[in-house]
Amino acid sequence: MLLIYCPYCEEERSELEFRNAGDAHIVRPANIAEISDEEFEEFFFLRQNPKGLIFERWRHIHGCGRFFNAARDTVSDRFYTTYKAGEPKPDVAAILKGEQDKGAAR
Amino acid sequence: MSGANRIAGAGRLTPARTARFTFDGRTLTALEGDTVASALLANGIHLVGRSFKYHRPRGILSAGAEEPNALLDVSRDAARRQPNVRATVQEVFDGMKVESQNRWPSLAFDVGGFNDLLSPFFAAGFYYKTFMWPKAAWHAIYEPFIRRAAGLGVAPTEADPDHYASRYAHCDVLVIGAGAAGLSAALAAAKAGAKVILCDEQPEVGGALRYERGTTIDGKEGWDWAQAAARTLAAMDNVTVLTRTTGFGYYNHNFVGLVERVTDHLPALDKALPRERLWQVRAKKVILANGSIERHMVFANNDRPGIMLASAGRTYLNHYGVAVGSKVGVYTAHDSAYEAAFDLKRAGVAVPAIVDCRDNPGEAVLAEARRLGIEVLTGHSVVNAGGKLRVSSISVARNGGGSARKIAVDALLVSSGWTPSVHLFSQSRGKVKFDAATQRFLPGTYLQDCLSIGACNGTDDLQATIDEALAAGELTARAAGAEGGAQVTLHGENAFSWTGGMIGAAEGAGPDTTVKAFIDFQHDVCAKDIRLAVREGMHSIEHIKRFTTNGMASDQGKLSNMHGLAIAAETLGKDIPQVGLTTFRQPYTPVTFGAIVNHSRGSLFDPARKTPIHAWEEAHGAEFEDVGNWKRAWFYPKAGEGMHEAVGRECKTVREVAGLFDASTLGKIEVVGPDAAAFLNLMYTNAWDTLKPGRCRYGIMLRDDGFVYDDGVVGRLAEDRFHVTTTTGGAPRVMNHMEDYLQTEFPHLKVWLTSTTEQWAVIAVQGPKAREIIAPLVEGIDLSNEAFPHMSVAEGKICGVPTRLFRMSFTGELGFEVNVPADYGQAVWEAIWERAEPMGACAYGTETMHVLRAEKGYIIVGQDTDGTLTPDDAALSWAVSKKKADFVGIRGLKRPDLVKDGRKQLVGLLTKDPKVVLEEGAQIVADPNQPKPMTMLGHVTSSYWSENCGRSIALAVVAGGRARLGQTLYVPMADRTIAVEVSDMVFFDKEGGRLHG
Amino acid sequence: MADLATATRNAALTTRGGFAEVVLTPAPAASRLSLRAGADALPGLSAALGVTLPTRPKTSALSGKRHALWLGPDEWLLIDEGEGDLMAAAASSGTLHSSVDVSHRNVAVIVSGPGAEVAINSGCPQDLSLPIFPVGACSRTILGKVEIVLSRIAEDTFRVECWRSFSPYVFGMLSEGAADAGH
Repeated sequence: MLLIYCPYCEEERSELEFRNAGDAHIVRPANIAEISDEEFEEFFFLRQNPKGLIFERWRHIHGCGRFFNAARDTVSDRFYTTYKAGEPKPDVAAILKGEQDKGAAR
Repeated sequence: MSGANRIAGAGRLTPARTARFTFDGRTLTALEGDTVASALLANGIHLVGRSFKYHRPRGILSAGAEEPNALLDVSRDAARRQPNVRATVQEVFDGMKVESQNRWPSLAFDVGGFNDLLSPFFAAGFYYKTFMWPKAAWHAIYEPFIRRAAGLGVAPTEADPDHYASRYAHCDVLVIGAGAAGLSAALAAAKAGAKVILCDEQPEVGGALRYERGTTIDGKEGWDWAQAAARTLAAMDNVTVLTRTTGFGYYNHNFVGLVERVTDHLPALDKALPRERLWQVRAKKVILANGSIERHMVFANNDRPGIMLASAGRTYLNHYGVAVGSKVGVYTAHDSAYEAAFDLKRAGVAVPAIVDCRDNPGEAVLAEARRLGIEVLTGHSVVNAGGKLRVSSISVARNGGGSARKIAVDALLVSSGWTPSVHLFSQSRGKVKFDAATQRFLPGTYLQDCLSIGACNGTDDLQATIDEALAAGELTARAAGAEGGAQVTLHGENAFSWTGGMIGAAEGAGPDTTVKAFIDFQHDVCAKDIRLAVREGMHSIEHIKRFTTNGMASDQGKLSNMHGLAIAAETLGKDIPQVGLTTFRQPYTPVTFGAIVNHSRGSLFDPARKTPIHAWEEAHGAEFEDVGNWKRAWFYPKAGEGMHEAVGRECKTVREVAGLFDASTLGKIEVVGPDAAAFLNLMYTNAWDTLKPGRCRYGIMLRDDGFVYDDGVVGRLAEDRFHVTTTTGGAPRVMNHMEDYLQTEFPHLKVWLTSTTEQWAVIAVQGPKAREIIAPLVEGIDLSNEAFPHMSVAEGKICGVPTRLFRMSFTGELGFEVNVPADYGQAVWEAIWERAEPMGACAYGTETMHVLRAEKGYIIVGQDTDGTLTPDDAALSWAVSKKKADFVGIRGLKRPDLVKDGRKQLVGLLTKDPKVVLEEGAQIVADPNQPKPMTMLGHVTSSYWSENCGRSIALAVVAGGRARLGQTLYVPMADRTIAVEVSDMVFFDKEGGRLHG
Repeated sequence: MADLATATRNAALTTRGGFAEVVLTPAPAASRLSLRAGADALPGLSAALGVTLPTRPKTSALSGKRHALWLGPDEWLLIDEGEGDLMAAAASSGTLHSSVDVSHRNVAVIVSGPGAEVAINSGCPQDLSLPIFPVGACSRTILGKVEIVLSRIAEDTFRVECWRSFSPYVFGMLSEGAADAGH
């Protein structure tokens, strides 16, 4: 069972209090009624399902109720970071480099 | 006397404290603290079971959790019976009943033993090759036969009378295993001030010190030091010591499952105690001190009862005071087994020979053997073992050939070395690495925050183990934030340092393909089976494992995996790391269903949600149906009525007089804030800014793909306050869906959502007399048609308590929905009922509600829709605003597939024979005589007998349905084909005048 | 109309339970408010409600018989065990907020005694040790299969709030936890 740091509760809590909500940083177009079929397909249906780093949404549904974002490794389940909804997407390269440095230090 | 083989003065049990138990009906005496295994051995019993496949006689192989053979059926009483209990783990209690398994008619004479003679037909992978022909024989003969033969033990038939407990626990340092390493680490961590949990699967701490002799720590005999250390730890506030507690599963983020066996060893059952307690521990740091498991030697007929691990022989002698035989041979590839021989010899047991397949064992042990006068045959192998129900002799030959010498023994202790227990490390998803020098897998790359110490980390020397443990204890405690305390130092000494070991088949197992040299005792897998698997093309260890079933029994190959791997590598001509290791999975040892299910049974299996009016419904004879977790009144049968009659009567009564319906389970969400209307405009297809306070509107909610997600009536209480209702089952997901959009897509809107589902009890009063029934109870609301027309909402009082009163209808009748604070629900219902009943009204349940709404063509989302219907498909396009620039689903609705012709549309169906009621889910075709597979046009979504219409009615989704009005279609059933006519969806009061009565 | 008796309340939970180590007591009826507001409204709301709305996660404030529990960054649960009218008080603040009466939605059980922590931990995954979950701490969380709002009102006393229809389940889970807490 995962242990997830809620950026609003400022504490690690059991996965039991959370619900995963799919990929993060997919913005619903402001002019959604006007977008093309291809753009809608991209927005609504297509996902990468990466092996490794993923940016995903979680909701602390049985806690503070907030949606937030996380950068997680889908292989090791390690959370690199979690951050509040609306905050910018962290730099992927920096995250991976930080991990490498930590690995080297170990 | 607690057994003839008990040696006076040996062991740590108290001779005066006896317990009696039965084994296959025979009464035996044990000592308190005995395991079933030690008690049986004390009574000279080695033969305890029959093997799974060949039904070969089997004895006790080990003295611990790794036992593959001695699986017994243990019971306390008729209901408390458990099969497949490891005799080496289960402690004896007075009155215990033990039965052997997998034998008929008796253990000594087992008809199934015939399988052993047929074994050439049961080679590895035989399942995949036999039983293939003739095909018809599979169901008739093979499968029934295999099912009878398969499985070990007999499952209990009675319900489990015990209860189980669970605890979530948190600690700085969790230490799994309380041998010398685990205890040292726990001491260091605890003294540094960390919050520590220490667990061990044995009844007492000590680990390997249980069988050791001549080991001292801080000047004390090893075992005594361990017990004292445990007492020291248990007395500390920051430490929890759990014995009889197995760390069975290492999961994500240092979440570890422990199971504590609380009562299985107690002679008198304390009903207040749980049988087992599940600990779900979240540890900042985990220290794995899991020790190592001794491997057996692989040679012909190495499964004879009386052949056991050397450490087990030592354990039975040094801890339980039991000699496992009177002429005990030793066969080894590792120095440690010599100590078993020495201990036995010193205790007065004859040791005819130590057979060592190595040419050069350690000098120290050879010297000690000479001193004790034990013959040592180095460079020799045991090539066969004689005796059927118990080993009687071993045949020994010089490696590389030569004639065999027969040595009479009544027990044989074996050891090919020790396998570090990396199970939990591997479960933590750490990667093991192969140490070529010592031929073993050791923890390599760590993924989680844990450390392995001692034998499971490949640290063999006692002082090195202690030093490693102390350092790990302190390091993890500091890393977890502990700041207190003094450093701990400990000094350990033991008699010998061990070297040596081998994996794979010894000389005695030959390259021969006929002898049965077992590697996996529980699944009857022999060295030759691995070789066969390789010859048949299995090159990956994962394939070899599945082909031979090696390591797939409940012991998960604790003894067999390394042997199997080595034999496969040898046969393949590869190095062991190239062949790979199979993955270790949770649980380490079997866990009872009781511990896992725990509280979730009976009334706590799942929450049973009851409305505030439930007690009244129960008292008035309601039948209930489950809707989600809710118990909803389904119908109210009167004496002599079945469901059909009751529902027919309720349906008629509502339309002729009135009915009361408990709608409390409807989801309710209060939407408050200056942007409430703007938010609802985005969440629903309808327009909400035009809705005046005091009015209600039916709304449809879509997902962004354009499909109907939920529906409900929304009332506007004030400019900035809406009362939203959802379907009963949809309440939580609708709330989540709305929160999702509000928080992440429309965070600029000033509006908040609060679930009020359970704040309000809801009493629907429906029917021509509805107004007359409630009017005298209501204060502050003018109920006249003019002041309070259909689709109105007002706040006032009923029966003196606050109400949100809705004028709305899901029946097509004049109707009200009375919302009152939940605790008042039953009293208000009773007050309304007191007026309603004398007028001839009834209470009605969900079934009548379903029929009445279907008569009016009102859909139920989730029954008439299935997540692939658009509002237009459901004939609801009138509810989709054409003026709004945006709402969730607006773009999805324009997708090419959603606007093309021929989509399935919701329509009414009338059977040509009005008495026939269609089956919900039945398929619809245009031509019942077309060849199969037929072209399906759609299916029936709702179907009822309508007492009010005097005929059956149905709703269905049909391709191009609305263009087919008046067409005849067909519903093919197993026994007949039913002709139906496509109709519109409204079957009763098509003009809708009754709503406004 | 005047002769109509006022409807009486039926509480969801009425009987006490527990053991020597842990006593379970249904809490008396209370007024409850689900309060939602942005940071700028807090001073006004705190003044109107007579209790300072806490802004740190997992904390609560108490003023007389009025508790304010932080549930989320813009969400509080107010519980008044006296006669106070929370809805009216919030409305008088003149601030932009959402207040919804949930007095009947929630039911509370008081869990008290030396084994209270262990009893709740039978189904609640949070660390309830005093340094981590001190007196005054509160959190929405899980008990078994349902959601609760947990607050620690004394070293050995917790208040467990849940939705009305879940209260028999919550009481049952706590009873089993209490039964094991003494051992």
